[in-house]
Amino acid sequence: MLATILLIDDEHGFVDTMSKRLSKRSLTVHTAYNGQDGLEILANNHSIDVVVLDVKMPGIGGIDVLKMIKTEHPLVEVIMLTGHATVESAIDGMKNGAFDYMLKPCEMEELLAKIKDAYLKKQSQENKIYEARARHIELRRGD
Amino acid sequence: MSNHYYHGLAKSMMFTIILVSFAPLLIITILAGYQYSVAYKAKVIAHLRELVLKHDQNVDTYLKERIAEIQVLADVEGIANLKDEDRLKALHISLLRHHRGDFVDLGLVDSKGIQVAYAGPFNLRGADYANADWFKNIQERQIYVSDVFLGLRGVPHFIIAVLIESEGEKWVLRTTLDFIAFNKLVQDIRIGETGLAFIINRKGEFQTTPRKDILNEVPFLKDLAARKKDFSDLLRRRASISIETNPATGHETIFVISQIKSGNWLMIYQQDVSDAFSDLNQAKNLATVVLLLGGVAIIAMAYLMSKRMARKVEMFDLEKDMMNEQVIEAGKLASVGELAAGIAHEINNPVAIMVEEAGWIQDLLEEGLYVEDNEREVSRALAQIRSQGTRCKDITHKLLSFAHKIDPTIKRVCLNDLIHEMAALCEQRAKFASVNIETSLADNLPEVAASPSELQQVFLNLINNAIDSMDPKGGDLDIATRFEGGVVVVSISDTGCGIPKSNLSRIFDPFFTTKPVGKGTGLGLSIIYGIISKMNGEITVKSALGKGTVFTLKLPATKDKSGSCDPDCDG
Repeated sequence: MLATILLIDDEHGFVDTMSKRLSKRSLTVHTAYNGQDGLEILANNHSIDVVVLDVKMPGIGGIDVLKMIKTEHPLVEVIMLTGHATVESAIDGMKNGAFDYMLKPCEMEELLAKIKDAYLKKQSQENKIYEARARHIELRRGD
Repeated sequence: MSNHYYHGLAKSMMFTIILVSFAPLLIITILAGYQYSVAYKAKVIAHLRELVLKHDQNVDTYLKERIAEIQVLADVEGIANLKDEDRLKALHISLLRHHRGDFVDLGLVDSKGIQVAYAGPFNLRGADYANADWFKNIQERQIYVSDVFLGLRGVPHFIIAVLIESEGEKWVLRTTLDFIAFNKLVQDIRIGETGLAFIINRKGEFQTTPRKDILNEVPFLKDLAARKKDFSDLLRRRASISIETNPATGHETIFVISQIKSGNWLMIYQQDVSDAFSDLNQAKNLATVVLLLGGVAIIAMAYLMSKRMARKVEMFDLEKDMMNEQVIEAGKLASVGELAAGIAHEINNPVAIMVEEAGWIQDLLEEGLYVEDNEREVSRALAQIRSQGTRCKDITHKLLSFAHKIDPTIKRVCLNDLIHEMAALCEQRAKFASVNIETSLADNLPEVAASPSELQQVFLNLINNAIDSMDPKGGDLDIATRFEGGVVVVSISDTGCGIPKSNLSRIFDPFFTTKPVGKGTGLGLSIIYGIISKMNGEITVKSALGKGTVFTLKLPATKDKSGSCDPDCDG
């Protein structure tokens, strides 16, 4: 799996360590310490497949960041990361189009599995889009 | 609350009951009693006046009748018949028969004062009256009635004399009236124990024998009689009434005085006031007894009732206190719940970091500890785990200070410490709401007497409210303390949404909340209000819509001057 991911969390220590571990598992990892930075990175880097997003952050909250990602980059999958107290808001995020949510602290294996699923989903959707485009072109030729 | 308070409550209740029940009772008693006594006295005095006037008339009539009899005799009989002693005796016997012995004797006196004819029980023919007062007096008038005197016979009597002029010579027909019969007329007037009537002349000599010996009163009576002479109204109304202290008995006495015999005699009726108004006094005594008994009953009832009421109030207060405590506990639970949501997240963050660091170490170990600078990386990760562990510990410690049961015991509390603690507890929450908490705490703040756990709740609630009002736009939360005129003032000001004027008067009401159903209990501020009033403090709000809100707490400082905060403690 050669997915490219973006970690957005206000906890520096968490983001740093997590990115090291994920990099070791041959993922390309970008990091941001708040929602604003995350959105910028996302806008500049179209290779990002999956965003792991903290729900509770100072400044722009996770849910708002999610909404923006979904409007700007509808194909990018988002996994919400939350403390227990904000499970409700994480579920709220699911309604807004998040792929799944995870509770902090999280198991690496579980997170990897979720990232993989999300990546696959994104790829399948991308493939469908390519197919649709291809068919569209085919059909046009058939005219 | 102290026993003293309930004691005072019972006392004030008792006095109110006594006052309210006594005042009308006393007013009625005094007013009605006064009216009654005035009316009764007027009646008694009017009655006495009538009585005396009636007897007065009786006496006058008696005298007039007797005078008329003698005048008839004098007119009809003529001197010749009267000189005849046998004829005189026959006339006397006839008078005696028809007047039951009123006329003691009958006599004819010539112009020189010698009694020439006499009929009666004494041998008085030839008696010389030339020097007698009555004889001198009769020369100037037609009729004369003497005062009572002893005269020649040595028995009290009085004389009626009529002047007869015949053939140029003056004769006097005289008769002696029985003193006893006359006396009876007056003596019969008797009312009560001390009521007593008698007749005196202008010199103060008794004309009748009073029922009891009042000779020692004579000087006083003389004086009284002399004074009465001046009263012109005595003539008109024929009876004067005065109430004076009788010098002989020392009692207050009613004197009714009227004149008879054209003012020569005074009829005096006297009676002790206490005797005359004995019925009134009895009524007064009865009223007093009733009043006293009623008073005792009222006081006893007021005492028992106020005692019972005070005990009930005490019981209710105890119950209320218990309920209050429960409500405070419930409110605390609510705020703890709110806090817990934030805290759980706060703890999850360091735990997540620790888990990741541990995982990272494991990853590195799989690679081998001495490959590249893995060793340094592991020690960095371990340091991170340690620091995150410390962070967890701090959070749990903060929580612990808040977790134990509400303890209402009053202690000396250093407000600055408490505010620091609470601000630290809310720091993370403030961070997520982009709220900047500033504290400006006075150095020389005295301690306040309060329950620390209750005060914690107060500040936690106020800080939470302030943060809520600024979420999500963010703002500044200022907590300031100062010492002002014996009062510790804490102000908590935010730059949040403010409270609308219409809600401002209701924010301390229990269950008033603007939060959606299920989000707030509406108890926070009402509990704060309860806690602050319980410690004799004061809480006020100023709010401008869209600009912010300032809550100001005024808490009484402990009296002891030495109790100011340790400068080291506000760290």
